[in-house]
Amino acid sequence: MTSTRDDGSARSGPDQDGPRQDGARFEGAQGEGPPLAAEGTHPPRVSGDELERMTQPQLARLAAELDDVDVVHNQDPWPVPGTRAERRAAQSVVLWFLISALSALAFLLAFLFWPYEYVAPGTPGYATYAAYTPIVGGMLGLSITALGIGVIAYVKKFFPDEVSVQQRHDGPSEEIARRTVVAQVVQAGKETGFGRRKMIVGSAGLAAGVLGVGVGVAAVAPFVRDPWKGGDEAALWVTPWRSVNGETVYLRYDTGDPEEVALVRPEDQEPGSMMTVFPFREADRGNEEALIHGLRASDAPVMLIRLRPGTPTVWQPGRDLHYGDYIAYSKICTHLGCPTSLYESQTDRILCPCHQSQFIATEYGRPVFGPAARPLPLLPITVNEEGYFVATGDFDAPVGPSFWEMGSV
Amino acid sequence: MSALTTSPRRRGGGFVAEQLDELDQRYHPAAGLRRQFNKVFPTHWTFMLGEVALYSFIVLLITGTYLGLFFDPSMVEVVYEGPFDNLRGVHMSRAYESALEISFEYRGGLFVRQVHHWAALLFLAAMFVHMLRTFFTGAFRKPREANWAIGVVLILIGTFEGFTGYSLPDDLLSGTGLRIASGITLSIPVMGTWTHWALFGGDFPGTEIIPRLYIIHVLIFPGILLALIGLHVGLVWYQKHTQFPGPGRTEKNVVGVRILPAFAAKGGAFFAVCAGVMALMGGLFQINPIWNLGPYNPAQVSAGSQPDFYMGWSDGSARLFPAWEIVLGDYRIPAVFWATAAFLPLFFVIAAVYPFFERKMTGDNALHNLLQRPRDVPVRTALGAMAIMTYLVLLVSSSNDWFAFYFDVSLNATTWMGRIGVLLLPPITYWVAYRWCLGLQRADREVLEHGVETGIVRRLPHGEFIEIHQPLGGVDHHGHAIPLEYQGAPVPRRMNQLGSAGAPVAGSLLKPDPAAETAALERTRQELAAAEEREHAGDDGEAMAVSRDEEREALAGRLSDLED
Ligand code: HEM
Ligand code: FES
Repeated sequence: MTSTRDDGSARSGPDQDGPRQDGARFEGAQGEGPPLAAEGTHPPRVSGDELERMTQPQLARLAAELDDVDVVHNQDPWPVPGTRAERRAAQSVVLWFLISALSALAFLLAFLFWPYEYVAPGTPGYATYAAYTPIVGGMLGLSITALGIGVIAYVKKFFPDEVSVQQRHDGPSEEIARRTVVAQVVQAGKETGFGRRKMIVGSAGLAAGVLGVGVGVAAVAPFVRDPWKGGDEAALWVTPWRSVNGETVYLRYDTGDPEEVALVRPEDQEPGSMMTVFPFREADRGNEEALIHGLRASDAPVMLIRLRPGTPTVWQPGRDLHYGDYIAYSKICTHLGCPTSLYESQTDRILCPCHQSQFIATEYGRPVFGPAARPLPLLPITVNEEGYFVATGDFDAPVGPSFWEMGSV
Repeated sequence: MSALTTSPRRRGGGFVAEQLDELDQRYHPAAGLRRQFNKVFPTHWTFMLGEVALYSFIVLLITGTYLGLFFDPSMVEVVYEGPFDNLRGVHMSRAYESALEISFEYRGGLFVRQVHHWAALLFLAAMFVHMLRTFFTGAFRKPREANWAIGVVLILIGTFEGFTGYSLPDDLLSGTGLRIASGITLSIPVMGTWTHWALFGGDFPGTEIIPRLYIIHVLIFPGILLALIGLHVGLVWYQKHTQFPGPGRTEKNVVGVRILPAFAAKGGAFFAVCAGVMALMGGLFQINPIWNLGPYNPAQVSAGSQPDFYMGWSDGSARLFPAWEIVLGDYRIPAVFWATAAFLPLFFVIAAVYPFFERKMTGDNALHNLLQRPRDVPVRTALGAMAIMTYLVLLVSSSNDWFAFYFDVSLNATTWMGRIGVLLLPPITYWVAYRWCLGLQRADREVLEHGVETGIVRRLPHGEFIEIHQPLGGVDHHGHAIPLEYQGAPVPRRMNQLGSAGAPVAGSLLKPDPAAETAALERTRQELAAAEEREHAGDDGEAMAVSRDEEREALAGRLSDLED
């Protein structure tokens, strides 16, 4: 096998052999000496006696040799003791560790004693509070960094300058290993009848397969929810604007307090402006959860736009759903669902800040630029006898990002 | 190997030796440990990039676990009553409230949050750069394809780990990101809505997604990352690191330093420096000030919403792709599907199979331990440059609104620039990179043939001007440079690289060292190096080693303190 392997030595790299380890004291792996180094590939034969006689530096060298490492270069950086250069090197290392220690102390003191309680901007004590995180983090960071730099300086200035060469042993294993292991596997197969007993193996496979499918299904099943539960009233088809039992759905705006219901009248809005409105039913009054749902449901927000008087508009047949100069569009972008928050009154464009899809308010919310493909859904509105805006139905199209089952809406 | 410890030479070993002996009697690690200590690791600064990723991951684990002790991933609606004035009385989820608590009420909580966020950015940035290093130097070639593929999976999961992490606080920015993720999920043909309902437990946002993301973020993904990083680094260890070509370096050896002591010490120190820098960043530079963003509200968004940089390219791609929605009767393939759920995974698949693709195309089935210089493999380098350019156009496009704002260009023009750019710039980049590689190759060959330009122009007696070159490989008897073979290693281009600038005088800022000392050091070092060389050249290594040790002791004027 080894002979057929192209080991790449024909390429243009500097393939001259590196400094070879000296083989003088080494014998092949099959030497009969005491196996002092069981797993080295070329364990040198060192008798117990020799081992006893070796000095510590010799043993350290032997350690490298046992693992196929040749230490080509290993120099004490300060062979002449007591030079000024060496003292200076030592001082610079010590300096880093001292910086580290000092900043660690500063960190601890600041952490414990610097005021950390929130102080609002413009109030006395704000500057001190605002400095807490920079001081604590800065000191801790400095301490850790200086510690690291100190060690690096120590390594660079005092560790022996070293170049070692180790032999790789990659590529296929030795032939003897390859053949024996394969033979072993085949033998095991024969002895256990694994190859012959098709029925047993097949039924074991069946058991494992069915069990696997069973456990897999059991693991996934609890996650599965039917998006189409409710049929025509599934969550993706309807929004909180849908009127249940014919009750009136008002337009309200969000004052920050869900309980404070602010209904919308035409005169509340300037021409050429936009306001965000949400659904409200009298039945929800006092029911905080329902009120919050109306304000926070992902398909509820609506942009109520009042065009400047006389602005020409274009409507699709049957979708002439505006109330005079007032138009209510879903605020949820038909691209990926961000709120299309920016209404530019000069051009009557609605811009989604997420990926800059643009819709035109005077032409049924048609997308005119960017990645969104569908118009913004329209909410049919009117003004009731009390003078408040109410929705006369749900949106004319599904709200939000497109999906597979949406079809041609 | 307990024989070692009973050796008379270890008499003075003392407590530590005794403990080691005790350990060895039970677990006999001596030989195995020695083998690891002896591992030779090649040194090059680019080999630290993987380490940076590793160290930032460790910092993420530490800071993240700590944050987890204080964070409450609940979507229960609460009213904020904490110390931060601007939000008091505001309805928000408990998750957002608890992120505010960490920022304002726990000592050092904000610091840990910021370190965690910076470490996440560093983790992904380090992974990207490390990936580029392994790509452009051909480190992914046989036998390391598997490690490359593991790396691709690491980037993929790392990206989602980051995304799930910054989605947790449920602030306005992260909620918007989650809404976009929800839209992308919905866009998948056939199974989109079902997948969304499985993931979110119903319509967006529901009340399950944050707790679910929390477990994914703190348990599932970190567990997978930890296992894969272990496997990844284990494979580097087992297969041994690649090395750049250079003197004495072959496909069959590793030239560098041993783990003990230099590599281990430097590795530990470098971890400290990385962790220190992350702590400095977390302390000094504000990141993700969620209290300024407010709680998530589907009706609100702030202009200029950008995800963290590693998600940027997906956002850019969503911005550029035209509104090409396909309606098939009662069904629909949303345009955004192509730009996100279909296109982004494709990038990862291409990256993962690249080594196999290259092996097929080049027919190179050899084992490679020597790295390549990017210029020597122009096609691969150009492909990589093209991929980077595509990525960059998408990334920049994710900020096209800022670009339009700062440079006062039309927003729609920036979208068109991105659309045209993503089609046009990559092929141009390919061509430029390819030509550039060839140019660099030629420049190297020229130096090897003629020598380094000295900048000295001389006029010959007959009037001709010549520029003097310093040959690298000596001159023949005509005085012409002897051309050298290119060896895949860097070639000097300037005289200073040959030492013509000299060396600074040894000494401190204020005064030079005594000249005698400097000279003695210099001489001794040279003598020792010469002795080392003789020893290596000679047959009798052992005798030379002994004599070298004696020589060193004699020169040093002291006894080796290694002996007792
Ligand atoms: C969690 C993120 C990662 C960590 C912690 C990590 C860690 C490391 C470390 C410490 C090394 C050895 C030192 C070095 O060459 O830099 C390494 C080598 C390697 N890494 Fe990564 N890595 C990560 C991600 C990646 C990625 C994203 C890729 C590519 C898609 C990749 C591909 C490789 C390859 C091919 C090697 C072998 C390099 C050689 O021997 O020259 N790694 N990795
Ligand atoms: S979500 Fe509106 S443009 Fe993408």
